[in-house]
Amino acid sequence: MLEKALKGSPKYWGWLGFLLVLIGIGAACWVWQLTVGLKITGMNRDVSWGFYIAQFTYLVGVAASGVMIVLPYYFHHYKTFRHMVIFGEFMAIAAVVMCLGFIVVDIGQPQRMLNVLLHPTPNSILFWDMVVLNGYLFLNLLIGWICLEKDRLHLPHPKWLKPIIYTSIIWAFSIHTVTAFLYQGLPGRHYWLTAILAARFLASAFCSGPALLLLVVLITKRVTSFDPGREAIRTLAKIITYAMAVNVFFFLLEIFTAFYSNIPGHMHSMAYLFTGIHGHNGLVPWMWTATVFGLGSLALLVTPALRDNHSLLPWTLGILVIATWIDKGLGLLIGGFTPNPFEQVTVYWPTGPELLISLMVYATGALVLTVLYKIATEVKQDLEVSQKDEVPGPA
Amino acid sequence: MKKSRRNFLKFAGLSAATLCFSPAAGALAAGHGTPHPKPNADQLKAKRWAMVVDTRKLNTDEAIAPLVKACHSIHNVPDIPGNKNIKWLWAGSYEETFPEQPNNFPSEDLERRRFILLCNHCDQPPCVRVCPTKATFQRPDGIVAMDYHRCIGCRYCMAGCPYGSRSFNWGEPRDNLDLKALNKEFPTRMRGVVEKCNFCVERLAQGKLPACVEASNGALTFGDLSDPDSEVRKVLKENYTIRRKPALGTQPSVYYII
Repeated sequence: MLEKALKGSPKYWGWLGFLLVLIGIGAACWVWQLTVGLKITGMNRDVSWGFYIAQFTYLVGVAASGVMIVLPYYFHHYKTFRHMVIFGEFMAIAAVVMCLGFIVVDIGQPQRMLNVLLHPTPNSILFWDMVVLNGYLFLNLLIGWICLEKDRLHLPHPKWLKPIIYTSIIWAFSIHTVTAFLYQGLPGRHYWLTAILAARFLASAFCSGPALLLLVVLITKRVTSFDPGREAIRTLAKIITYAMAVNVFFFLLEIFTAFYSNIPGHMHSMAYLFTGIHGHNGLVPWMWTATVFGLGSLALLVTPALRDNHSLLPWTLGILVIATWIDKGLGLLIGGFTPNPFEQVTVYWPTGPELLISLMVYATGALVLTVLYKIATEVKQDLEVSQKDEVPGPA
Repeated sequence: MKKSRRNFLKFAGLSAATLCFSPAAGALAAGHGTPHPKPNADQLKAKRWAMVVDTRKLNTDEAIAPLVKACHSIHNVPDIPGNKNIKWLWAGSYEETFPEQPNNFPSEDLERRRFILLCNHCDQPPCVRVCPTKATFQRPDGIVAMDYHRCIGCRYCMAGCPYGSRSFNWGEPRDNLDLKALNKEFPTRMRGVVEKCNFCVERLAQGKLPACVEASNGALTFGDLSDPDSEVRKVLKENYTIRRKPALGTQPSVYYII
């Protein structure tokens, strides 16, 4: 099926070329970072993880969220998602590729990376994160590819794949749970040390991931003749609504616990994020933007008329993605490290090179996603799942 | 097919035999006649090393500076301006050292005091728990040590340490070292790895006390926590001491006499 990615319109090649340019620029910065070390980033002694690991965390959520389409389809036989499933799986692949990319650019000695395998250490959550992420990548590659290939040949999906698919559904929950465990098991980091962190991660993933997916699918719908169907979009929007409601609820639980108990350690990080402490308030506008966008998107989603308004929906999804990204791709990490173990504030902000290297990883993900979606949409078009028909699908 | 497999096996067997009997392999195995390195007969041993800091005696930046200098020069620790510094031993205020035991009206004396800060060599070290490669490990004598050559620089240990005791080499450490004044007995690190106080394992192995203890004029006591007759246990018996963030259950091996 790969050959389908090799034939495309000038627009398609132009887009790939553009992504390659971005990758090239970022790669130049990365080579620089490899030569002189991570000192070109804004990370420091106190905020020792930064933008890279924050993006990693956010993208693990995006990867896991593919399950919001796969689960209804396989567990509830929700046939409307029949043609969306592959897009969920392929987005998961692109997201895991970016996750691994962000780990590679973050570590100080990437050439020693295999030490994690050579000296396996089961007491380290990072070891398990490596296991579940690579496993998830493999599962999605296997399932996505085989299913699409069978679709193309008008053949039923093989029976032996079913248990693997069920495994992948459970596995999706595991990747984000384990990623939350990276944080929530650390003593002395109050913002992370909360039993609900994994649940929060999953809730935020299951709204932001499908929102991102739906945005990409809407773009796909515009640039190709593929149409997932109105009903599929409506259902996915509903899933996003529930997940976002749970996400906001979980966050409010954190706020209550911290401020009603009045325990300083529990309040400090949130105070730093939302009001600033010791005069350091760089993240305050970001966090309030996230609050306004998050609540705004929720208001637009819970109102059925506004949710089903498909010219408004992309905007709703857009602000939801921004809100959840600020919460998890910025606030969660910096807030966890601030104040530092000495109750002092060290300000962190990513540097230009750091952002360009991140751009490289994101562009790589976009490239993988484009190629995979190109293949998927072509196959779907051959099956005549186009905008003319209301999802006929294979027999 | 069969033939080639037989040939392969023959070849493999022959190679193995050659390796076993050849003088080169023999020499390799014996390490040119030298036996395994013998531990120094004078080395200091303990079941669990611990340190007691008498903050009544050692409590000013001026008094702490020589200790820092002794430690950092022996271990080739660079001094990097800004927030990317490497620290093995440094000084902090009461609030910074014991942020979970604040007092709104501390005595003037306590408010002025400076406390030395270093790795606590916890009995239950979170850094060891989180390290994905065992580059950070706990020795049988309780010292939390590091293998700088195994560390992949993921910095999980820095997130795990609740005491801010760990530093990462964001850049090339030698750029900020006086190369002429290096201690040739101790390696410099490379960029991209984490480091911290090692309770002077290399000195203990030679029968010497840690450098800061030696430079402290008796303000620091170092010894075996598991030995009821040791100097540290005696000092702990006679003085009121506290440890940093005891609620976290890490069981630090560094005690502070207030």
